[in-house]
Amino acid sequence: MRKLSILTVVAALALTAAAADARTVKWARGADALTLDPHGQNEGPTLAFNNQVYETLIARDNANKLIPGLALSWRLADPTTWEFKLRPGVKFHGGEDFTADDVVFSYQRALAPTSDYKGYLANTKEIVKVDNLTVQIKTNGPNPLVPDNLTSVFIMSKAWAEKHNAVKPQDFKNKEENYAVRNANGTGPFVLVSREPDVRTVVKRNEAYWGRKEVPLEITELVLTTIKQDATRVAALLSGEVDVVQDVPVQDIERLKSSPNLRVTEGPENRTIFFGFDVGSKELASSDVKGKNPFADVRVRQAVNAAINRQAIQRVVMRGQAVPAGTIAPPFVNGYKKAFDNISPPDIAKAKGLLAAAGYPNGFSVTLHCPNDRYLNDEAICQAAVGMLGQIGIKINLVSQSKSLHFPTLQNLKSDFYLLGWGVPTYDSDYIFSYLYHTRTGTYGGWNSTRYSNPEIDKLIESISSETDTAKRNATIATIWDKLIAEQVYVAIHHQMLAHAMKGDIDVPVRPDNIIFFKHVAFKKS
Amino acid sequence: MIAYILRSLAQAVMVMLAVALLAFSMFRFVGDPVANMVGQEASVAERAELAERLGLNDPFPVQFFHFVRDMTRGEFGMSYRQGRPVKDLLAERVPATVELALLSSLFALVFGIALGVYAAINRRGVLANAAMSLSLIGVSLPTFLIGIGLIYLFAVELRWLPSFGRGEVTRFGWWSTGLLTETGRKSLIMPVLTLGFFQLTLIMRLVRAEMLEALRTDYVKFARARGIPERSISFRHALRNTMIPVVTIAGLQFGSVIAFAIVTETVFQWPGLGALFVQAVQFVDIPVMAAYLMFVALVFVVVNLSVDLLYFALDPRLRGTTAAPAR
Amino acid sequence: MRAPTPQAERFSARLARAWDSDVAWSFRHSPVAIIAAVVVLVLLLGAVLAPWIAPQNAFDAASLNLMDGFTRPGEPSAVTGRVFLLGTDDQGRDMLSAILYGSRVSLLVGFASVVFSIVIGVSLGLMAGYLGGRTDAFIMRIADIQLSFPAILIALLVFGVARGLIKPQYHEQAAIIVLIVAIGLSNWASYARTVRGSTLVEKNKDYVMSARVMGRSAFAIMGRHVLPNVTGPVLVIATINLALAIIAESTLSFLGVGVPPTQPSLGTLIRVGQQFLFSGEWWILFYPALDLVLLALSINLLGDWLRDALNPKLR
Repeated sequence: MRKLSILTVVAALALTAAAADARTVKWARGADALTLDPHGQNEGPTLAFNNQVYETLIARDNANKLIPGLALSWRLADPTTWEFKLRPGVKFHGGEDFTADDVVFSYQRALAPTSDYKGYLANTKEIVKVDNLTVQIKTNGPNPLVPDNLTSVFIMSKAWAEKHNAVKPQDFKNKEENYAVRNANGTGPFVLVSREPDVRTVVKRNEAYWGRKEVPLEITELVLTTIKQDATRVAALLSGEVDVVQDVPVQDIERLKSSPNLRVTEGPENRTIFFGFDVGSKELASSDVKGKNPFADVRVRQAVNAAINRQAIQRVVMRGQAVPAGTIAPPFVNGYKKAFDNISPPDIAKAKGLLAAAGYPNGFSVTLHCPNDRYLNDEAICQAAVGMLGQIGIKINLVSQSKSLHFPTLQNLKSDFYLLGWGVPTYDSDYIFSYLYHTRTGTYGGWNSTRYSNPEIDKLIESISSETDTAKRNATIATIWDKLIAEQVYVAIHHQMLAHAMKGDIDVPVRPDNIIFFKHVAFKKS
Repeated sequence: MIAYILRSLAQAVMVMLAVALLAFSMFRFVGDPVANMVGQEASVAERAELAERLGLNDPFPVQFFHFVRDMTRGEFGMSYRQGRPVKDLLAERVPATVELALLSSLFALVFGIALGVYAAINRRGVLANAAMSLSLIGVSLPTFLIGIGLIYLFAVELRWLPSFGRGEVTRFGWWSTGLLTETGRKSLIMPVLTLGFFQLTLIMRLVRAEMLEALRTDYVKFARARGIPERSISFRHALRNTMIPVVTIAGLQFGSVIAFAIVTETVFQWPGLGALFVQAVQFVDIPVMAAYLMFVALVFVVVNLSVDLLYFALDPRLRGTTAAPAR
Repeated sequence: MRAPTPQAERFSARLARAWDSDVAWSFRHSPVAIIAAVVVLVLLLGAVLAPWIAPQNAFDAASLNLMDGFTRPGEPSAVTGRVFLLGTDDQGRDMLSAILYGSRVSLLVGFASVVFSIVIGVSLGLMAGYLGGRTDAFIMRIADIQLSFPAILIALLVFGVARGLIKPQYHEQAAIIVLIVAIGLSNWASYARTVRGSTLVEKNKDYVMSARVMGRSAFAIMGRHVLPNVTGPVLVIATINLALAIIAESTLSFLGVGVPPTQPSLGTLIRVGQQFLFSGEWWILFYPALDLVLLALSINLLGDWLRDALNPKLR
């Protein structure tokens, strides 16, 4: 025992000696990454974590400009071919050389049926290795957005995936598992050390990182801790147990701002929170209306839209940390118009009138599915909506559950009415259209849980991904939005605003994609 | 004598089998084991094939036998939610819970005995009465409220103690402990207080009652008559006689402390079995629920068995006869 | 009215005497018991009469106005100008109403689960004592196992199983019934033990024998005789279990496996209020917690007193 404690002391001393430039940063979030499989789940916290370990060919700087990642340069070789020159001398964490084979493999993997990243590569005809450091993506028709889309598709090692039988992405919605779910082998600035889902995940600095000279990379160890309770998460920062809280509860921003030695950064997120309806089923499973689907009638959707008091949600539930929204397009997105967010104040009488006209003068009942650990105050937003819809006679049975239950519910089409938030990493309306409005087929409609299917819209959506004339393309986008706004398949609530809180010697900005790139952290000397 | 030991063992096995039957029924009848393994797109033929391979078409007793066989080998299956062997999940989290439960029991025992003795000796004292009233409040205060109160006071307002987790832990093979680091020790304080409080009040009341009983016995009266100092009577005679039932109860309570840790672990985000179990309940992760149930049952059975055998060793009257169990 | 048997008469006379003299006397002379009884009565009345005395229907989401959210205690509504005595929660729900309605859920679950466990415990106890042999051994073994597992564990297990069996869209509606069953199932063993003991004593008495000889249902007769005998102990256990059940309900709701947030019980209110520990909205957590502790403490004090009053030896 005695010997043991001496050993511990020696070990501790050794650690302090090395501590001059070694620094562990503890990073707290309200919910964990759902999986480490780079193509398993296209979801905020999952992306935010995987970005520390995996990299993409093209990245974005804090001003959302495209910058080289694993690709040094890219060009349009011909109207339907994008060519990428890869960065030489990059190694995966496992020591494998990064080559064109890995890129081809990763993109094919991202196109597999179980992948949640198919939408980013929609319209891809083939992925070709030209030489060891050159890759071409051939598309069906010209696609100007390929570089923007690739900012979210991670590259993994082909040899590693094959060795560990992880060639196919995890089928998340059916609770499948593969080696890549809790192991990772990327090229990123941090190397996975250990993972305990929902408890803590530890990564250490990648000493062989190709960008050592370009970024500070001062953090030697990064520990992601999940602290579900809002108050506990904030307490952990106040008492110094964690260094960065990424999901600051809106009610605690003021308190944290007034604390000395803490820094709070704020900014808008490129994300809109909204409700979605099942508009396609013959009958709603959870409703007392039988034989027909109330949400199939646009007047019912409009009634819901008219009943929601967005200003109240913004002021009380969000304490100002939101911008009330009229459509599900965040202002960052190409195709967004200011007029989208001109919302009329709630009008109960009008809503009741619409319901009556649709044949439901006394309303109806329906279940609302809501996550309780994904978006800022998601459960409280749903509760508020229960009250507001109650006023027009729509009786809501609220099911609020963890995101790891909520998302499979949506993807398996088990919900009649649900809350979802959608971020737009490509900064283009196309991404919203193809994931949320296009009929669910093949690479399209991956998160369209509304069963909405409109061949005319589908055709228009497909046309914009191969339209190179910017003016014409934007005109089509405007046309699509006009049609979709009239359809009211979704009822937007607000664009979310974010706050990060951290110790004074750290300064990470809020990016619209809500990703913290910890490789950029340089500790401030006080 | 062998008969007695055998009987205790047989009873332990029966209890384990009963709990295993419960766990098995959960597996078999809650949720659809096939759907949980192949997903919803699987064809009818695939499902039938898997059902056959999993032995779901075997007669019930055969299935149960296989289940028990797997359990004894530590094969609890895969967690539906995390997709990992339940065995590994448990192994990761056992140290956290056991450390917390042991320290809480120790805390409850030490302070419970001290306060109980004090309350018994100074029956009418103000402090003794205060302690007794406190114990009643302790029974009425839900554990999670005690936890929240402690967090608010010591983590939020005073900022002395960490509000969640285990701090830094030192690993020895598969075991891990928070006792060797400062953050680890600090992190233990509030969860131990929270978890131990209920046991403390229980032990305190028990010690007080037993002490009062012991102080009334002839043997203490006799000692008093002989002029032995009161202090010596209290501690040497009365307390010593009290210790056996107290330690027995504390031992028997150990299983409940482990199970009670469910709430404490949730409040303090303690990465132990209890927190795992609550999550499993929310996600209807049957294999984890079943394995946790088996684990707690095992702790109970082992503790009960050791107490039975200990009594047997201590109490000569039980030897040679096939007496009823000690309790 | 049937003519009571002499034995029954004797028993009821004894019971009446006990109530008249001993227990009542003890109650009159125990200020703690009186205060506790008054507190319980007030809280109970508040819960029962909630729909008539609460300023607002706390379970009717449509009657809430979000703009009233986070009103401080004693301040008026921004919309109607009505004063919220205990403030409002994040949804603009009047805390006083929320507590009245919330304790209604808590007490409903508490009482119903106690009744449920008494029914199970008493019938199993009677059966074990009367039938004896293997049945007895089997029932008592199960009781032993149940007693050695903490209630919260059993309740969580039952809850998890029920969640697996019930379709997700019915989870909310079924929540309260599941809670009652879960808590009830985790507390029946102590009744079974008490009743079994008493049944064993009665079993061999003459009247049971003669009833058996006459071919009457000895079981029913026994039940009628045993029950008055065990009223006292069962009442004591029931009182203490009521406090335990209320705490168990709030714990389950706090753990997020209880009643839905749109119909909050005290535990749910505390879970919600905990989020606002830092931002200065202390009343959302404090008042429900206070109500819960007062309720549990008073019931426990009454139970303590009742046990002493019915067991003069212990005093």
